[in-house]
Amino acid sequence: MKVWWKSGAPWVWLNAGAVAVSIIMVLGLIGLIAVRGLSHFYPSEIVEFQVGDPDLGIGQMVMGEHVRSETIPVTVARDAGISVPPELGDDDLVTRHLIKQGNRDVTGQDFAWYAELQMSEWQAPPDAMRLERREWGDFFGYPLRVLEEGEVVAEGEGLWDALQVRVERANTLFRELRRIERNEVGAISAEMEELRLRERALQRDPDIDPGVREVELENIAARQESLQEAFRTLRGEIDVLRSELRRDTLVATVTGGQEVQIRIGDIVRAVQPNSLSLSEKTVEYVQQFWAFVSGEPREANTAGGIFPAIFGTVTMVLLMSMIVSPFGVLAAIYLREYARQGPMLRLIRISVYNLAGVPSIVYGVFGLGFFIYTLGGSIDELFYSDRLPSPTFGSPALVWASLTLALLTLPVVIVSTEEGLARIPTSIRQGSLALGATKSETLWKVVVPLATPAMMTGMILAIARAAGEVAPLMLVGVVKLAPTLPIDGTFPFVHLDRQIMHLGFHIYDVGFQSPNVEAARPLVYATALVLVLLIVVLNLTAISIRNRLRERYRAASD
Amino acid sequence: MKDVTFKVRNLDLYYGKDQALKGINLDIPRNRVTAFIGPSGCGKSTLLRCFNRMNDLVDACRVEGEILLDGEDIYARGVDVAELRRKVGMVFQKPNPFPKSIYENVAYGLRLQGVSSRAVLDEVVERSLRGAALWDEVKDRLNDNAFGLSGGQQQRLVIARAIAIEPEVILLDEPASALDPISTLKIEELINELKEQYTIVIVTHNMQQAARVSDYTAFMYLGELVEFDETNKLFTEPEKKQTEDYITGRYG
Repeated sequence: MKVWWKSGAPWVWLNAGAVAVSIIMVLGLIGLIAVRGLSHFYPSEIVEFQVGDPDLGIGQMVMGEHVRSETIPVTVARDAGISVPPELGDDDLVTRHLIKQGNRDVTGQDFAWYAELQMSEWQAPPDAMRLERREWGDFFGYPLRVLEEGEVVAEGEGLWDALQVRVERANTLFRELRRIERNEVGAISAEMEELRLRERALQRDPDIDPGVREVELENIAARQESLQEAFRTLRGEIDVLRSELRRDTLVATVTGGQEVQIRIGDIVRAVQPNSLSLSEKTVEYVQQFWAFVSGEPREANTAGGIFPAIFGTVTMVLLMSMIVSPFGVLAAIYLREYARQGPMLRLIRISVYNLAGVPSIVYGVFGLGFFIYTLGGSIDELFYSDRLPSPTFGSPALVWASLTLALLTLPVVIVSTEEGLARIPTSIRQGSLALGATKSETLWKVVVPLATPAMMTGMILAIARAAGEVAPLMLVGVVKLAPTLPIDGTFPFVHLDRQIMHLGFHIYDVGFQSPNVEAARPLVYATALVLVLLIVVLNLTAISIRNRLRERYRAASD
Repeated sequence: MKDVTFKVRNLDLYYGKDQALKGINLDIPRNRVTAFIGPSGCGKSTLLRCFNRMNDLVDACRVEGEILLDGEDIYARGVDVAELRRKVGMVFQKPNPFPKSIYENVAYGLRLQGVSSRAVLDEVVERSLRGAALWDEVKDRLNDNAFGLSGGQQQRLVIARAIAIEPEVILLDEPASALDPISTLKIEELINELKEQYTIVIVTHNMQQAARVSDYTAFMYLGELVEFDETNKLFTEPEKKQTEDYITGRYG
């Protein structure tokens, strides 16, 4: 035993155990997120059963997806209003199931608990369908017939195919409608705003010649008139599209027999999961996941996709990298190569290292106070004074979010760049100096290229930290729903003054601010999974760049 | 001695309070190989680094006295150190190629001087690599990374890099001490060829090497120049007892 202790084997076991625990924790975390998040997109079976009190002879049909079950003591069940047979004692347990029954517009409640005691056998009717709608959440029921302009066009056989065709048509129309509303109407209103500001500036400017002003104003008025005309044309197009969208109607019955009319223009997807084969389910699953990743959020973020949040996160992180890398690298080069080593420099260095430990919300407060109110306010006064009092840069925006995060990650970049510079052998510097190079030539042509892998390491750490940060962003530019993306087709293409959506904040918003907790729950996991994957992808990109650089400079750092 | 490149006059060098070189007086003859020998810590590398002012990089280093290159004091005020180093090239103990291609390593010095014409660079790179007896080994992979070369090839590449900017003097600081015997032999042959065009100063702790390659030899001990003479004479009939003890291996 004593020999075993002395051999050092316990240490090896302890270390290996620590590694094993870490790996298990990480895998467990990712596994949980992945299972909970990904299972949401798999088309689950629609069940139908009768709930009721057999003693009283009243019953109610329920149809929906089974979400989860739990076992509770009888007392709790009684408190929850479930009628439990009196022969069960207080210590007995009953099972209840959470059913997603949808149909919020019909029943008022899309998730409900049902006690197993009161259920009939579960059925899985093959023609039960789930409709994903733009409003009111999912619909569960049976398709009855399709109406076009109030006339029946499909019923019974062939009904399902006709429905799918019409849903597809409605989706195409809807996309076209969104495109017009977003791009063309957006462009017109942007130009109108521009003209309004120019008009105001002209009227305010006292130095301008009245004749010139008159002519300018007339030009503006003419342009406004033509824009109005274009806008009216677009309105006409939009109205046509809207009425086209209203053309088809689906008549369906909810379980229990009530007939409901649903406009096909409101349907995003129609699925009959009970009659799908495994491969069809897989296709459906992939399509659902793609719709989640590429779509826009609906219904206060509790449905639809997260594309704007992904886009916002990536844009912000890239912008942050572009800001932080030059600043961090230049600061590190000065600290390591030029500054006189002494107590002052030590103090600066300690301060920089400690900045990395400041809580991120403090950076958020700083960003709000300094960047937005002071810097943004000054920019507005200097360059956008004609738009005041409505702020341009003086409000939370993409650029301030990126700047705040750049500040937050600056210490990381400085520290790793400094370490990289310190590792470059003196012999290489001397080789360059001995050829008649000046210090700065040596630095930029030989030393800095050799230190790039270390700089990339700094960038990797910075990206990993920035992409996962939420707290400061809430103050400096991230919102729960941004109407537009930060990059689009209207001049100047990259809109630094826009607010963005962010995956981290999206998780917080959906998870904690959502009116519909049960509907939001799987989306929280799915969004978390996408965030983790996104960070992994960003990091892998940076790591592969670093490894390529490292390969190139391999022997020098040996 | 007729033609002199460096004249060293009363040179004292201090690292902080420690005096590393004491009253050195020495003439380095042109187009000859001069070797500095002596035990470790005797100041021979320090003296070598005075010739291209590499010691400037050491913070606490202070130099008194003068070194004249072609009659001009290189420690005088207003001397452009970069210009001096262009005239006085240096090769270090460990090969130190840059993290660039073989071609760019050789072209580095010229590019610093603003030469960008591809034709000129091509010609100089070939001439320098031939001069360093490396051309035949690398002519097919000029664009490969210099780190892919062996240690001996790297050292010859560094020599090619130094002669590419056509200096007057080449300082060699124990150039073969990190190399295997065959590479060492090649370097020594190279030194023999190079002395036709360049003044060469070599520091070595290998006395056989000094005897093989050099025309003149300086023996240093504890920061002082003990004896300086033609190599043949110094190794066969040294004037000083200290020198004799050292070259016969009685101490050091």
